[in-house]
Amino acid sequence: MNTVFDLWRQSLAGLRLLIAATLVLGLAYPLVVFGFGRVAAPWQADGSLVTASGAHTTDVSDAVGSQLLGQVVDDPDLFQDRPSAAGDGYDTLSTYGSNYGPEEPALVQQIEERKAEVAEREGVSPAQVPPDAVTASGSGLDPDISVAYAELQAPRVAKAQGLSEQAVRAMIEDNTDGRTLGTLGEPHVNVLLLNAAVLRAAQEG
Amino acid sequence: MSEVLPALGQIACLVVLLVLLVPPLGRFLAHVYTSEKHLAVERVTYRVLRVDPDADQHWRTYALSVLGFSLVGVLFLYAFGRLQQLLPLSLGFPALPADGAWNTAVSFVTNTNWQWYSGEAALGHLMQMAGPTVQNFVSAGVGMAVAAAFARALSRTEQGGRIGNFFADLVRTVVRVLLPISLVSACVLIVFGAVQNFAGSRTMTTLTGGTQTLTGGPVASQESIKELGTNGGGFYNVNSAHPFENPTAFTNLFEIFLILLIPFAMAWAFGLIVKDRRQGIAVGGVMALLLGLSIGLVTWAEMAGVGTAPQLAGGAMEGKEVRFGEAASALFAAATTGTSTGAVNAMHDSMTAPGGGVVLVNMMLGEIAPGGVGSGLYGMLMIAVVTVFLSGLMVGRTPEYLGKKIGQREIVLVALYILTTPLLLLVGIAVAVSFDAGPAGVLNSGPHGFSEMLYAVTSASNNNGSAFGGLTSGTPFWNTLLGLEMLFGRFLPMVLVLALAGRFASAKRLPANAGTLPTHGPLFVTLLTGVALVVVGLTFVPVLMLGPVVESLS
Repeated sequence: MNTVFDLWRQSLAGLRLLIAATLVLGLAYPLVVFGFGRVAAPWQADGSLVTASGAHTTDVSDAVGSQLLGQVVDDPDLFQDRPSAAGDGYDTLSTYGSNYGPEEPALVQQIEERKAEVAEREGVSPAQVPPDAVTASGSGLDPDISVAYAELQAPRVAKAQGLSEQAVRAMIEDNTDGRTLGTLGEPHVNVLLLNAAVLRAAQEG
Repeated sequence: MSEVLPALGQIACLVVLLVLLVPPLGRFLAHVYTSEKHLAVERVTYRVLRVDPDADQHWRTYALSVLGFSLVGVLFLYAFGRLQQLLPLSLGFPALPADGAWNTAVSFVTNTNWQWYSGEAALGHLMQMAGPTVQNFVSAGVGMAVAAAFARALSRTEQGGRIGNFFADLVRTVVRVLLPISLVSACVLIVFGAVQNFAGSRTMTTLTGGTQTLTGGPVASQESIKELGTNGGGFYNVNSAHPFENPTAFTNLFEIFLILLIPFAMAWAFGLIVKDRRQGIAVGGVMALLLGLSIGLVTWAEMAGVGTAPQLAGGAMEGKEVRFGEAASALFAAATTGTSTGAVNAMHDSMTAPGGGVVLVNMMLGEIAPGGVGSGLYGMLMIAVVTVFLSGLMVGRTPEYLGKKIGQREIVLVALYILTTPLLLLVGIAVAVSFDAGPAGVLNSGPHGFSEMLYAVTSASNNNGSAFGGLTSGTPFWNTLLGLEMLFGRFLPMVLVLALAGRFASAKRLPANAGTLPTHGPLFVTLLTGVALVVVGLTFVPVLMLGPVVESLS
């Protein structure tokens, strides 16, 4: 009986604490962080949106996407991004990795098919297709591809857009980020920025 | 794709950051949990709460405070979930179903952050902030408070079971430690690309003329405390693999650092609270040793790309992001399962069989390398007591830890602690495979399908929260089962720890003599590591055989 009464008393104090915590940690804290974002990094806090000319914007109607989010590339003449398990592909409302295990027959079959498909598209042998081209990312929104996968696609894109292969390779280099501090993560190429650059060059040319 | 030197380089960066910042934070934490002074803002809080922060609570009262506060938290979060559609900023999402609301309420209050739902498709902005984000702070604070009370109890003599004041411990933890660090960290994350807005969903026209939804929200503020408090509940379904939560290789390392910072600092603080720095270093050393071992194994497995699909693809990139690659994904996986975090930057379900097996074992060891904020320290100290007891048996001396005799009552409490999670885990997996509703949610075929279920009950009973995400767990069966696992897996051990703290606080301190086993130095570190691996690890060998081991050999 005593214990029940004690628990009741402690719970009431707990309730007061929870209400205070909700106001401070659940409302004030996110708002302060929001305020910081508005003042110090409005572009990032809004979602790192970019326009077709590659410029930063916070106006969603000017944007062609977020440089942090991969998107469906619905044009066979541009750089293709990785397979995506998010919805029908790059669906931000149902982010998902395939979650297939390393021995899953369905995954093995998918990889075989993708390998053949990419090899045929780029006119290379299946052995030359890099791993990121045939695997779905964790988020389903991977904005990047490996340098190897970008290089593999360069001849096709150059030809289709009427650009020199050298120019396209220079654009790949411009949109490649190396390892941070030479050691963190992996070198990667941003597909949206690269495709935007390609389209601009093709229009000018 | 990952290369060996950069892979080692990022581990080195992490080690440097931790070596630089753990000791000062540990010193600060020791001060927080022993100082008699209150800050002005804390005094105001105590007045509002109508509690006396200087009342030295008996362990039973302390435990009731923990349970009462957590009970209120569960009810509050349950109500929040059930009434979400009526709240502002709900983005039009409906109420959570009863079983889902129960699971989520328990999940966040127990510091587990298991998520059966997709954040971007189930929770509105206010719910994310006032529900999960608040519990990210206070559930972490509860764990740290209990660990601090335990350390304090060891430093006391003949205090009649009094171990400190829960409300003072919790308020101080949040006000002085968690809030300032996560505020600064959230700002850092924004600068590098994490979003923080209240814009809901906006539609964009893509470069090739399609449409894509821009899913905004108060992400950065949740991300920083999610890692710092070893919580792990993502704003989005794919957690820290989502570019808005973890945009770059730098934020990735920063988040791993946040995950490991407080658990190691608590070990340092422990040494200072018991007035023998070497004790904290020994305990932290074992944590580091076990973590190093698991980082090494997971990194090797992922970089080698063991298994049929990775070999065929040319690398274990299924479920991983290009900006991180295999090595940075492996590092994150080892850190998130060595602690009670459960955030992921790659899909664990798609890891190689040995890699996935090691992260599973990390959790099964009770998450002590270095463990959750608070729970890691008291979990490791429980193993330390077992180690002292076993060593005492071997040489025929009465075992003691830091001058506290380990008698029958004490070892019974510790034994119950050690047995609780394995019991929950093994009964849980037995229940799961006994009903059709368990395997019904499995995605993968063969032994990997079993691993998905095993991972779920392991994650829930150890309060981790990461998943082999192929398992469809948003069903009444899984929500109910995992909710119970999380609830008992958190609070039964906690009450046992507090009971033991009460006994230690009452006991006299025995002077060390020639027969006392020194609990610092390489001998004890070796013994403690061995006991952690053998006593706890062996419990799970049979069940591991059925999943990851079979898969590794196939």
